[in-house]
Amino acid sequence: MSSATKASRIGEELWKTRVDKVNAELVTLTYGTIVAQLCQDYDGNYQDVNKQLEKMGYNIGMRLIEDFLAKSNVGRCANFRETADMIAKVGFRIFLNIAPTVTNWTSDNNQFSLVFDENPLADFVELPDDGRAQDELWFSNILCGVLRGALEMVQMQIEAHFVSDVLRGDDTTEMRVSLVRYIEDEMPPDEE
Amino acid sequence: MTQPARHAAMLSISNSGSNLAAAAEKQQPAQHLHTQSQSSQGLRVPSNRKTIYDRHLNRSRNAELSRASFAFLFAEMVTYAQRRVTGIQDLEKRLNEQGYPLGLRLLDLLFYRTMSSSTSSSLSSSSTSASPPNRPLRILPLLHLIHGPLWRLLFNRPADALEHSVSPETPNEYMITDNDPLVNTYISVPKEMSMLNCAAFVAGIIEGVCDGCGFEAKVTAHNQPTEMWPGRTIFLLRFGESVMEREKVLERAGVK
Repeated sequence: MSSATKASRIGEELWKTRVDKVNAELVTLTYGTIVAQLCQDYDGNYQDVNKQLEKMGYNIGMRLIEDFLAKSNVGRCANFRETADMIAKVGFRIFLNIAPTVTNWTSDNNQFSLVFDENPLADFVELPDDGRAQDELWFSNILCGVLRGALEMVQMQIEAHFVSDVLRGDDTTEMRVSLVRYIEDEMPPDEE
Repeated sequence: MTQPARHAAMLSISNSGSNLAAAAEKQQPAQHLHTQSQSSQGLRVPSNRKTIYDRHLNRSRNAELSRASFAFLFAEMVTYAQRRVTGIQDLEKRLNEQGYPLGLRLLDLLFYRTMSSSTSSSLSSSSTSASPPNRPLRILPLLHLIHGPLWRLLFNRPADALEHSVSPETPNEYMITDNDPLVNTYISVPKEMSMLNCAAFVAGIIEGVCDGCGFEAKVTAHNQPTEMWPGRTIFLLRFGESVMEREKVLERAGVK
């Protein structure tokens, strides 16, 4: 069984048995109002909105990983490919009930894309028709931050950004994820 | 009390038949849209037409997401708001404002769904009045709408109590009780901020629903813990004078 199918099974099983649920629209609309508030606070400077969303995601990711590990009870991934499957099929399943496709690997196995068929955060969303939002705003940018924060807690420094979004008129929603480095364990100062 | 409902400004800018549309997303940004982009070619859409207009509004009706995801987002929203305010009242006001647009949109969604579902059991089963599922004209049907269908849409259960103020001086005050608000489940409030109730967000949603129905109201959330329900929250709805006057007229006219 490939690591992807295995991960899918784990993800679906967890979604069914271990995850407390809430109405999806409450989550969708709550996220929408967060983004709308940021657009207002940053006066339509969408670059700043993207950055702030990423930051919020980072804060979430650092805490979310605990929940992920506690629920999934999975061990350390053998390589970055396995990590990718774990993120896509278990992580996204547990928290958003979706499983984006992992694809477009680079030959060094350090970069991949997540392609989203579904994105509950963006349900009901239409970007402002101001001639800028569709070129500048990454509506779901919080997800990039979540990945960065979560993986940092398990010793992987990554970089993630969206490269396309159906909200912008693209045909797919795609996030590019790159492994920067594995963070070495920093041993605490010797107590003895 | 006589100031116009906040949504008056929003209705005038809502464009292109956005039903519940665009989530809260475009409430503000949309404002410069009418002035600036009258001549723009409009939004780009994907060639496979994955737009909000092509998806059924009931698609997510019974969909579920992780409660943790909601808790994370809500906590981030509160933390972010906290950095930009000067005090508890200010913070609650901000949370209220973030809930408000949700109320406006949920209202449309509720009516759309109760009307399109042939059985319409969700509304009539809870509401004591056997009114058909159209917009409430009187306060009581509105309150039942909030207490029942709205609460069920958001939290999958009705609210726990609905009361009218007993004081003759405040006939315009109503209270909706939630014994254990979902939004506060994962929020721990520091001692020095014990007055804070983050369900102000939900109060904002209620206010949006009231205003959207044409019932100008101020809604606030208050802690009313009991031994059994430490998180018990009262949502206090204060209707404006104009609403109370209309209520009297409608009562005389026999409108229910």
